[in-house]
Amino acid sequence: MKLATAAATLLLALAPLAHAGEATPMAADPVIEARLIVISEELRCLVCQNESLAASRAELANDLREEVRKLISQGKTDAEIKEYLVARYGDFVLYRPPVKPTTWLLWFGPFVLLAGSVIGLILYLRRRTRLLAPTALSAADKAAAKALLADDGASPTRPKDAA
Amino acid sequence: MKRFLIPLGIFLVLVVFLAVGLNRDPHEVPSPLVGKPAPEFRLEQLGAAGKTFSPADMRGQVWLLNVWASWCVSCRAEHPLLVAFAKQGGLPIVGLNYKEVRGDGETDVKKLAAGAEASLTRQRADAWLTRHGNPYTLSVLDMDGRVGIDYGVYGVPETYLIDKKGVIRFKQIGPITPEALQQKILPLAKKLAEES
Repeated sequence: MKLATAAATLLLALAPLAHAGEATPMAADPVIEARLIVISEELRCLVCQNESLAASRAELANDLREEVRKLISQGKTDAEIKEYLVARYGDFVLYRPPVKPTTWLLWFGPFVLLAGSVIGLILYLRRRTRLLAPTALSAADKAAAKALLADDGASPTRPKDAA
Repeated sequence: MKRFLIPLGIFLVLVVFLAVGLNRDPHEVPSPLVGKPAPEFRLEQLGAAGKTFSPADMRGQVWLLNVWASWCVSCRAEHPLLVAFAKQGGLPIVGLNYKEVRGDGETDVKKLAAGAEASLTRQRADAWLTRHGNPYTLSVLDMDGRVGIDYGVYGVPETYLIDKKGVIRFKQIGPITPEALQQKILPLAKKLAEES
């Protein structure tokens, strides 16, 4: 058991080395590579859509990573690089859509829904406490109740018998 | 009775949202390039070595830019429609041959000798057009896909309708269907042809 754990740990430790052989020549610069990963994790791969540009192995993702590397080495800022891709592929490439009129519903919709639900709940609770509040009986009511209780149930005026 | 109306209303709204959402193709991402000038490029033509083409050469004409490659299966499906359309002579179609060698998923360009990619590209593209017909006024070779990136290509085939001033007015993602041609591309092209 201990041996198996050790073997598994060793395998996990070696896993990054197994991938190192596939790196492209431009990956030589670790600074560029580190920035590439940070930027491309925020970008969507258009072919696979649910994968980030950093994770995807699609052809286009490869090309785009190469493109981002080039832009980084040209000294472009992160914002400029994202702008470059948005100009070509649209806001869809961004995993964090920008806040603008067409995305207001997306950004604020959940909060509006939450606020609406809370208001609804408060209104409902208020109405309920009002309905449950004990109502004070007037003296006349009490007298009527007493008369009904005192009556032994044989009275012909009782609704049950009247029917 | 009235207390059922609110859940029913919410349910109906949900049904409408789902019906609209589920019937849309998630692979069709609206292009930000529609309404913007077609990105400039200068690439070598297929069939005429040394001769280049640039979108500026088409100024004053309404034209189609069709992205294709011989390894692209959907291009093959779309092709007969393009050939038939070209025979009617409606619009000039320029082909952008996209990553002919690199895109096939089999050839490793790094192992090819210098110049071998270009000749292999020409050979494959020519063979494909000879076999399936050539609807293009001319085709240009985008071997590394750089121009494709500028045009926001992410799934071949894609087709751009470009007006007389060089502005992209419509983008078809995926193969052109007869419906898209008749109902969208042709009416819009006719309108654009009347613009000065």
